[in-house]
Amino acid sequence: MKTPLDNIDRQIVLATQGGLPLVAQPYHTIAAQIGRDPEEVMARLRRLLAQGVIRRIGVVPNHYALGFTANGMTVWDVDDARIAEIGPRVGALESVSHCYHRPRHPPHWPYNLFAMVHGRSREEVENKTAQIARLIGNASHGHQILYSTRILKKTGLRFGASPENTQRVESSTQS
Amino acid sequence: MDPLDRQIINTLQGDFPVCARPFAAVAERLDTTEEMVIAHIAALLQAGVLSRFGPMYDAERMGGAFTLAALSVPEDEFDHVAAIVNGLPQVAHNYRREHPLNLWFVLAAETPDAIERTLADIERRTGLPIYNLPKLDEFYIGLRFEI
Repeated sequence: MKTPLDNIDRQIVLATQGGLPLVAQPYHTIAAQIGRDPEEVMARLRRLLAQGVIRRIGVVPNHYALGFTANGMTVWDVDDARIAEIGPRVGALESVSHCYHRPRHPPHWPYNLFAMVHGRSREEVENKTAQIARLIGNASHGHQILYSTRILKKTGLRFGASPENTQRVESSTQS
Repeated sequence: MDPLDRQIINTLQGDFPVCARPFAAVAERLDTTEEMVIAHIAALLQAGVLSRFGPMYDAERMGGAFTLAALSVPEDEFDHVAAIVNGLPQVAHNYRREHPLNLWFVLAAETPDAIERTLADIERRTGLPIYNLPKLDEFYIGLRFEI
């Protein structure tokens, strides 16, 4: 789903994707940078939030620094007829940070629901996975936990000014 | 980490206000001062406890095409294949995972065609079949770490 952005929206994205300035009136600072009225910038930010172009505004913890060092991608083989009902319930669990429906690749990859689970230990990830298993019940025909053992690259997605680089925006990441 | 740091982390992962004096509004919620909120967020960023502070954009809403893909890489070729994948500018994230499918990466490009070309390029250069797992539906994205 695409939301068309005008030029001023793009300037706001470029000015804020690296973070908000740590000053008493951060939106005024952004507005001054791009030469717009602060009220207009705030109205546009509220609109981008309402449209879902901005998922949220706030702090993004570094989960490794907080001790969440065990990162498991749990994958589930869920009845196709029930995934629309089950997906949102799995996604709503406190322990799940990202949840997606993705295609199966039989025979080696029967899994169609992905839920990312983070914990301070693998035991914690396993306990959270057991909670997901209870929620899905007999609609799941199997699951696995794929732990990440190395981050090989993490540049994030950034929105750039150049034509080759137009869709790179810092967004939530999978780890 | 002091109680205000914890409050900031636990209550400010979303809902940072859009108003003229947002830190003052947060300070009122947390029963502290505007200056303290700013100073603590700055210190948490400096210490690397926070990776960023600001709006989190949904890249897909702004155009472009994305997918998640995986390869099953023989152990003795792992570093070589990882280097090929990492070298592509379309690769935004790349993780090693404990599984026969041991290399997992996110591709971001301007168009679905460019994604298809990149996938074909990776297959050609690695000689490995690629598992393309584009998102069909998204149920929730939000990191809610409680400390």
